[in-house]
Amino acid sequence: MQSSSSAAVPAASLPRPRSVGWARLPVWVRRGLIFAVLIGLWQAYVSYADPDPLVFVGPWDTLQALWDGWRDGSLARATWETLRLLGIGTGIGALVAAVLTIFATLTKIGEDLLILLTSIMNPLPGVAMLPLALLFFGLNTNAVLFTIANATIWPIAINISTGFRTVNPTIAAVGRNIGLSPIRLATDVLAPSALPHAISGLKTAWAFGWRTVVAAELVFGAFGGEGGVGFYINNARLYLLTAQMLAALVTIAALGVLFETLFGMLERRTIVRWGMKTS
Amino acid sequence: MPPSGTPLNTERRPASAEGLDAPLLRVEHVQLGYWGAKGFELAVDDVGFDVAPREKIIVIGPSGCGKSTLLKAIAGFLTPVGGSITVAGRTSLTPGPDRAVVFQEFDQLFAWRTVLDNVAYPLRVNGRRKAAARAEAHKYLELTGLERAFDRYPHQLSGGMKQRVAIARALALEPVILLMDEPFGSLDALTRARLQGELNSILDRTPTTLLFVTHSIDEALVLGDRVVVLGNAPSSVQEIVDVRDVGPPDSPAYAEMRRRLRRLLAEQGEEVDEDAVFV
Repeated sequence: MQSSSSAAVPAASLPRPRSVGWARLPVWVRRGLIFAVLIGLWQAYVSYADPDPLVFVGPWDTLQALWDGWRDGSLARATWETLRLLGIGTGIGALVAAVLTIFATLTKIGEDLLILLTSIMNPLPGVAMLPLALLFFGLNTNAVLFTIANATIWPIAINISTGFRTVNPTIAAVGRNIGLSPIRLATDVLAPSALPHAISGLKTAWAFGWRTVVAAELVFGAFGGEGGVGFYINNARLYLLTAQMLAALVTIAALGVLFETLFGMLERRTIVRWGMKTS
Repeated sequence: MPPSGTPLNTERRPASAEGLDAPLLRVEHVQLGYWGAKGFELAVDDVGFDVAPREKIIVIGPSGCGKSTLLKAIAGFLTPVGGSITVAGRTSLTPGPDRAVVFQEFDQLFAWRTVLDNVAYPLRVNGRRKAAARAEAHKYLELTGLERAFDRYPHQLSGGMKQRVAIARALALEPVILLMDEPFGSLDALTRARLQGELNSILDRTPTTLLFVTHSIDEALVLGDRVVVLGNAPSSVQEIVDVRDVGPPDSPAYAEMRRRLRRLLAEQGEEVDEDAVFV
């Protein structure tokens, strides 16, 4: 017996909108061209208006500062320090979120508590907690870790617990039917079912945490030994090293793009591949 | 159609203490209900019947009569408030692979597993080694005509193919009794008729005992040995009809039996659905 219908309709048979000129170029060419034009405008402004280099510099000087900063290690060390704080903070946040999620999944009161806490804490900009954290922990790394953890707990917890609570009852029933123990049901059926929510929670958490850590460093400088990339920017401002400020901004933006790409790869290998999210 | 070869697993026998002639499934004065908006509502009031080994029992009845509820109780997802359900000598039932269920919903497959894995994984859960589980999964997927879809993910399959995978998964578990809850209810009429025919020929080649819930008279006549007709909720058995000898859908005996079942359901005020293919 043969299957009568194939799931996918060949895309080529669908009528395509007629596209001309610009729209027909590949996406990377289009974006690359726009990027080049923007850089050109930047260079043109610096060349013709000739602003004071203490206030604004061109793309070439920025690139130079970026190169120098990464070669002498100052910008690399600052970036690494920021990522380290972000990693530890998000790790703590994820751990607390896991406890809250388990509690919220197992009990109704836990669920109510989580929803209430999230609706209160989530709208608060993460960095707004920093002064309070400084009061609790003093002017040290713990204060900024606390702030990052707080910024990441809520999006992770609310997304994963939503993921668990919205697992399709049929697939959970199938899991019990084939003889899974409660623990294996959680790890082998509920967890993968909740993966789309979990990934979107991690994405939000990374974005919140990243903004929070850079802002915290900008406002309060270095915590303990090494300063992060926010501190680097603020330092550059003090010494009127505009090119260094721009180089740090480019670094932050590039890291943002890198993380988005990594999340995109993770999604394509899992939930997009499994049809749980349309790309 | 699968090639009509030698029967599979003829040695498989129910683990009944009472011997082979004892009913495999005994439903006695079963009463079932659920907590709804108006407090506890009775869905099934008093239902009883026996199922012999290798028998195909169809449970049919008006919408909301509790036929799916009854199947869930036999599967162990619900506990009767009265009466008893005995499967192969056991009464206190929790969900288990000895009563593998095929549901109506297409998303009863694990979206993150390939077709082959969807069938092999439950076997691994129940103690098979990896190679043995895969070999067994191969066999049952070939039986259901899916030999070319092993590596696909469920979202790449049509509705009919998804239901075939679910049937292969349930059969591979070699259940004491196979439970099917309107598995073809969401399919178009043509696919539905084809799958009914295929299921029949598969059941002829495997020593499967079947309990099949449907609201389609034609499905009952095509698949069943006996048909249990339930009344309106809270339901009881209206009649148990032997349909073994009705012959093909174009025979006079079939038409006669069809009229009889229609009358029985019409007495319950049911809008009897027409299966266009067989009319």
